[in-house]
Amino acid sequence: MKALLATATLALALSTSPAHAKLRAFACEPEWGSLLKELGGDQIDIDVATSALQDVHQIEAKPSLIAKVRRADLTVCSGADLEIGWLPQLVRQSGNRKIAGGDGAFFAASQVATLQKPTQLDRAAGDVHPQGNPHVQMDPYRLLAVAKALAARLAKLDPANAAVYQQRLAAFSTRWTAATKRWEAKAAPLKGRNIVVHHDSWIYLTQWLGMKQIGALEPKPGVPPTSGHLAALVQTTKASNTLAIVRGAYQDAKASEWLSSRTGVPAISLPFTVGGDATSKDLFGMFDSTLDKLLGAAK
Amino acid sequence: MRSPLLALAISLAFAQAAQAAAPAAPATAGAQSRIEALEARIQALEANAEAMRQQAEAATLALEATRAEMEAMKSFALAGAQSTASADAGEATPAAAPESANGNAFNPAITLILNGSYSGHSLDPDAYQRSGFPLVGEGAPSARGFSLGESELAMSANIDDKFYGQLTLAIGSEDGETELGIEEAFVDATALPGGMALRLGRFFSNIGYLNSHHAHTDKFFDRPLPYQAFLGNQYGDDGVQLRWVAPTELFIEVGAELFRGQNYPSGGAANSGAGVRTLFAHAGGDVGTESEWLAGVSVLDSRSEGSEDGFVGDNRLYIADATWKWAPGGNFKDGGVTVRGEYFLDDRDGDFVDPEDSSISQAWKGTRRGAYVEGVYRINRNWETGYRYDRLWADNDGPLASDFDPVRHSVMLSWLNSEFSLVRLQYSHDRPNPDDTDNAITLQYQMNLGAHGAHKF
Repeated sequence: MKALLATATLALALSTSPAHAKLRAFACEPEWGSLLKELGGDQIDIDVATSALQDVHQIEAKPSLIAKVRRADLTVCSGADLEIGWLPQLVRQSGNRKIAGGDGAFFAASQVATLQKPTQLDRAAGDVHPQGNPHVQMDPYRLLAVAKALAARLAKLDPANAAVYQQRLAAFSTRWTAATKRWEAKAAPLKGRNIVVHHDSWIYLTQWLGMKQIGALEPKPGVPPTSGHLAALVQTTKASNTLAIVRGAYQDAKASEWLSSRTGVPAISLPFTVGGDATSKDLFGMFDSTLDKLLGAAK
Repeated sequence: MRSPLLALAISLAFAQAAQAAAPAAPATAGAQSRIEALEARIQALEANAEAMRQQAEAATLALEATRAEMEAMKSFALAGAQSTASADAGEATPAAAPESANGNAFNPAITLILNGSYSGHSLDPDAYQRSGFPLVGEGAPSARGFSLGESELAMSANIDDKFYGQLTLAIGSEDGETELGIEEAFVDATALPGGMALRLGRFFSNIGYLNSHHAHTDKFFDRPLPYQAFLGNQYGDDGVQLRWVAPTELFIEVGAELFRGQNYPSGGAANSGAGVRTLFAHAGGDVGTESEWLAGVSVLDSRSEGSEDGFVGDNRLYIADATWKWAPGGNFKDGGVTVRGEYFLDDRDGDFVDPEDSSISQAWKGTRRGAYVEGVYRINRNWETGYRYDRLWADNDGPLASDFDPVRHSVMLSWLNSEFSLVRLQYSHDRPNPDDTDNAITLQYQMNLGAHGAHKF
């Protein structure tokens, strides 16, 4: 019993000791975990809350996540209300004041201009995001802007390693800019092509590549489609020389495969985040795979 | 907005250039270089204008959207971390942040729960008697026919950097009278160090699993029998709570509460208005990526000076709870199974004083127990179904002695159109005493309006 108590005390002392402790970050989504890894390397301990196979709109404020948030010095999330169903609950339940606001809470969508801000807020339109579309990771330019802001935040929270973060940001920035040019050259055949999506989460990708979203299987976020809508969508898809029916790795294949079988347009699963398929081991791989799959459909 | 300004700047620059050029027919070197400098500037401005054109367009759109948003959001202002986040938007955010000059921007997040039901009972609810367990608090069966049930209005917001506040009003009707009650009204101190959290005001105790959860997050129409019998459905009171979350990989939460002791299972606000003390501990975590669990033990210690069931004395209630959830891929909204059980042990040491006639009294010492187990199967995003078994064990002697132990079976089916609306059908087969059986069927709707709620696990 005594030994147990001593061990517990020791464990507590160790885990609460602030002296030269590594910065601990909680990433709501895998893409931000990956970005933290690019910018922080081994200087940061990173907990990633969700996987590429989970719908991040619909995560539960489960105990393991409360425990992770409790120990975090920084939370890095998409923001724009994407995590509103669970993150505020985690923050409040963890009792961790460091990440309750201010420098300890970083939101990617707050660092860039968001698209698709609804002009009218009405839940009849589904679970709309008043602050615009939160899935900003699908635009490499916005992602770079987020990286810059995140590196600055890391340096502010952990001044001892500020030089490391700046250095790693510079290296990432160079590689990323080169990769972006490469992607843009490669994606030239996609310009002007039409796609049908599962959920409205691809606006940043289509805008970047000059593609057009002509329809969605789930036109109102969080609300199942009506049969009338699906019938109309079959017509639109058939009539528009559609390149592909696109879904995220976390989305059920049934709906897009159904539409594919009705229209002959290929249904493809894009990674949407890091870990969404075998190639998407990091942010570079995520874009490589996304473009390869879209180009594959264009052949 | 920038374009006219830019045009003005450019035309001014041209005018200046023209003025400078005209009288300087001898073309002094100075004027020439000045013209060149101006030209360079114009070029730079034009390049800048081109670069900004798109941004300005986006910004104007965003601005319009924000204005519309402010109008619509009068009652929607967002609570918690998210709102601090938008304040923190900072350098790169175009247009959005500074537009909050509207006085309503700081209104609390408002959530309205509309709830209503139709119940059919084979046994008249007025004749309903539960062997060994008098009906207390809100623990009686629902009324026959149409009923508003309990609708809820909740408001919450960060008060400042150190406090968070929440008010929940419950609107219900009893015997044709509309009642408005304060269900919860509390303030959280959010800036305590080391994972500590302090709560002051009126709130639901954190004992057990269901007790701290609002009824609209329940999977069944009514609370399980042990909650009805031992807590009058749900124990809330005026008091203070201190809670600590350990900085460990495993989720560990411990806490203590001190309550006034006005409501069942206590009564009379004994001990100078601090008649109830509680202790609770919860632990939880993941098993792989598809399963998660939460378990806890709690004790509620009450000194009662006359509770609703006629008890005067010391009462100790122990609760053990366990929840296990499994979902394919960890997507709990699309499928999966939740299994939950709680066990109650109620230990009394005092006297029974008849609430109707205080001259009748007798010693009340003994224990009673209760338990429930429920399993809910999420079929897909729109449907879920579940079964619950709940029962009570009455005392063998004392004022409420009974040889019969009440038992009930319930099944439910829910249709969820979105995360904001639900329609539920529930059937239950209840044996409250040896002579009666109540077969009840309930059709219920539950709607969630306003701010997007973030629910506890």
